[in-house]
Amino acid sequence: MDMWLQQLLNAISLGAIYALIALGYTMVYGIIKLINFAHGDVFMVGAFLGYYAMLLVDGTPLGANPLMKLLVALLVAMIGSTLLGVTIERVAYRRLRNSPRLAALTTAIGVSFLLEYGTIYLRGSQGAQPEAYPTLFTAHLDLFGATLKMDALVILVTSFVLMVVLQFIVQNTQTGRAMRAVSFDMDAARLMGISVDRTISITFALGSALGGAAGVVYGLYYTSIDPFMGLLPGLKAFIAAVVGGIGSIPGAMVGGFLIGLLETGVSALGFSLFRDAVAFIVLILILLVRPEGIFGEHVREKV
Amino acid sequence: MRRGETRMKLARWAFFPLLALALVLGGCGGGGAGKGNEVRIGLNLELSGQTATFGQSAKNGARMAVEKINADGGLLGKKVVLVEGDNKSEKSESSSIALKLIQQDKVDVIVGTTISGTTLAMVNIADENKIPVISPTATNPDVTVDPKTKATRPYVFRACFIDPFQGEVAAKYAIQDLHAKKAAVFTEVSSDYAIGLRDAFKQAFTKLGGEIVAEESYQKNDKDFLSQLTRIRDAKPDVIFLPGYYQEAGIIIKQARSDLGIQVPIIGGDGFDSPKLVEIAGASNMAKVFLTNHYAADDPDPRIQEFVKEYQAKYNAIPDGFAVLGYDAVMLYADAVKRAGSTDPTKVKEALEATKDLPLVSGTITIGPDHNPIKAAVVLEYVDGKQTFRKKVEP
Repeated sequence: MDMWLQQLLNAISLGAIYALIALGYTMVYGIIKLINFAHGDVFMVGAFLGYYAMLLVDGTPLGANPLMKLLVALLVAMIGSTLLGVTIERVAYRRLRNSPRLAALTTAIGVSFLLEYGTIYLRGSQGAQPEAYPTLFTAHLDLFGATLKMDALVILVTSFVLMVVLQFIVQNTQTGRAMRAVSFDMDAARLMGISVDRTISITFALGSALGGAAGVVYGLYYTSIDPFMGLLPGLKAFIAAVVGGIGSIPGAMVGGFLIGLLETGVSALGFSLFRDAVAFIVLILILLVRPEGIFGEHVREKV
Repeated sequence: MRRGETRMKLARWAFFPLLALALVLGGCGGGGAGKGNEVRIGLNLELSGQTATFGQSAKNGARMAVEKINADGGLLGKKVVLVEGDNKSEKSESSSIALKLIQQDKVDVIVGTTISGTTLAMVNIADENKIPVISPTATNPDVTVDPKTKATRPYVFRACFIDPFQGEVAAKYAIQDLHAKKAAVFTEVSSDYAIGLRDAFKQAFTKLGGEIVAEESYQKNDKDFLSQLTRIRDAKPDVIFLPGYYQEAGIIIKQARSDLGIQVPIIGGDGFDSPKLVEIAGASNMAKVFLTNHYAADDPDPRIQEFVKEYQAKYNAIPDGFAVLGYDAVMLYADAVKRAGSTDPTKVKEALEATKDLPLVSGTITIGPDHNPIKAAVVLEYVDGKQTFRKKVEP
C-alpha cells in the first residue's frame, strides 16, 4: 500500500513540472498558433541562470536562508528567461508571423539548437558537462510509510501559485483580455485598437518566465542540469499540452499531471523502459481520437 | 523560376569538385607533414558529452606518458606526437573519428576509447585498416573478442580488466564483506558496459548463494528514477548493484538516499569513477557507496604514489582510474614498439600480444590470448565523499 502512495507522490511531483513547462507551450500556441519548440531550451537556460544566481549569493546574507536563496534563483531565472523569450520572439518569430506555419516551426527548432550549443559555448571548458544543483531543503515528511520530500512540496506550491497567477492574468486583467482577443481574431483585435505586437510580446514574456521558473524547480528536484536537459521534458510538456487541449491553461495543468501519472504508473508496474514510448503513444492516440484534447474546443478549420 | 533552376544546377555541378577538393586538402593537411620522424598516437576519447570526465582524465594521462617518453629521447629516436579527437561520447562520432585518425592523420595506433559502447563502434575499422587499438578502460568482453565468431579481434587490445571480473569482484564483496543475501540490480540498459556488468554480477551473486530480489532498468539521460527506486525499496534488498555511469548514478544515489530514504549499500563499477558523481549525489548521500575500480589513489605502492604526485603537480587533481589507464595504455604501446624495434602495425601487434610482466602504474600485466591483461581490481568506499581503499582482489 505504501508503495502505491509513494508512487502517487512521485507522479504528482513529476506532473507538476510537466504542467509548469506545458503552460508556456500552451499560451504561445493559444495566441499565435506557433509550437515553440525552443521553449524546452528556455527552461534549460532558466535552470542555469538560477544555478549561477545561487552560486553568486552563496556566502552573502541572502544565501544563508534556503527560502531566500530559492526566491533569488527563481527571480533571476524568471527575469532572464523573460528577456530571452521576448528577444527570441522579436528576432526570430515576428517577421515570420505571416509566413507558412512550417517556416516558424523550423525556425523554432533552429532557435532550440542555438540555445543548446550557445550555452555549451558560453560555458567554455565545462561545455556540455552536467552541473550539480545546490541542495536547499533536506527535510521530509513521512506519510503513512511514504516519504514526501520538502523539494517536492516546494515544486507543488510554486507550480500552483504560478498557475493561479497566470489564470488570473489571462481571465481577469486588461492584458489577458487583449490576449484572448488576439487569439480569437488577430485582425479584428488590431481594428479594435489592441497592439498585437505588444500582446504577443507579453505572452512570450509570461510563458518564458514560467519556463524559467520550471527550470529552477527541476534543477532543485533532479540535482543535475546540463545544456540538453530541455529536450525531453520539453517534448513531454508539449504532449501534456496537446493532451489537455493545446491553448487551454487548465488543460495544460491537467495534461501535465496526467502524463506524470501515466509515466510513473508505467514504471511502477515494472515497464520503465516503455515510459517514454507510452507518452508518445498517448500523443498519437489523442491526435487520432480527440485532436482538440481534453479541454479543447472543437473549432472548424477556416477555409 | 528559370533562374532558380539554373542556380540549382550550378550548385549541383559545383558540389562534387568542391567535395573532392576538400577531401584532398583535408588529407594533405592532416597527413604528410614529417611523418617519417614521428610516432603518431591518435586519441579517440570522450572529451565532451555524457562521459566527458572519463575522456578528459584519459587525455591527461596520455599526455603525461607522451611527455615522459619524449623527455627520455622518444621512441626509436623519433618524437611521439598525440593527435586528439573528441567523439562526444557518441558511437557514431567514435567511428568517424577513428576513420579520420587513420585516413587523414595517418596515426600509428589509436588509444581509446574509454567506454565500451564507443570502442565497439570502431573496432572493425581498426581491424580492417590494420591499425592497433588500445582501449584504456573499455571493460566489455566483446571489445577484444567478437561475440559471434568467438575469435579475438587481431588489432584490438586493452589496458584494463574486463566486466565479468569486475562484476564478480562486486558480487563477492557484497556477500563476503557486506554480508548481503538479497540484491537489487538497477541497470542502464542502453549501455553495453552496464549490461555486461549486470550479467556478471547476477551470475556470481547467485552462484555464491545470494538472491536477486529486484531488477529494474533505466536509460541514458533519464532524470526521474523514483518509481523504479520505489519498487526496489519495496523488495527490501540488502544491497543495490548499480552498473552505469556517473551522470545518472549520481541522481539515482541522491533520489534513493534523500528522497526515498533507502540506506542499504550501493555498489557500482568503474563508471562511478568521476568527481561529478559526488557533486551530483551530494557528499552527505554518499555513505555506504562502493565501487570496483582499476586502482586506488591511496594505495601505498610506490609506483602509484609517484604517479599520483606527478599528476597532482601537473593537473592539480587526484588522478582517477581513467587518468592512470590513459597513461598505462600509451606506455603499453611504447613498450611494444621498443620490443618490435619498429612502428609497423603488424609487428607492433605481435609485440603487444607477447607483452609479459610489464610493470605499469595500475599493476603488472601480461596480455592473455584474448588480448586482455590479467590484473587485479580494487574495491573502494566513499568516506566523506572521498574514495577510500578497501580491498584488492587478484584474479
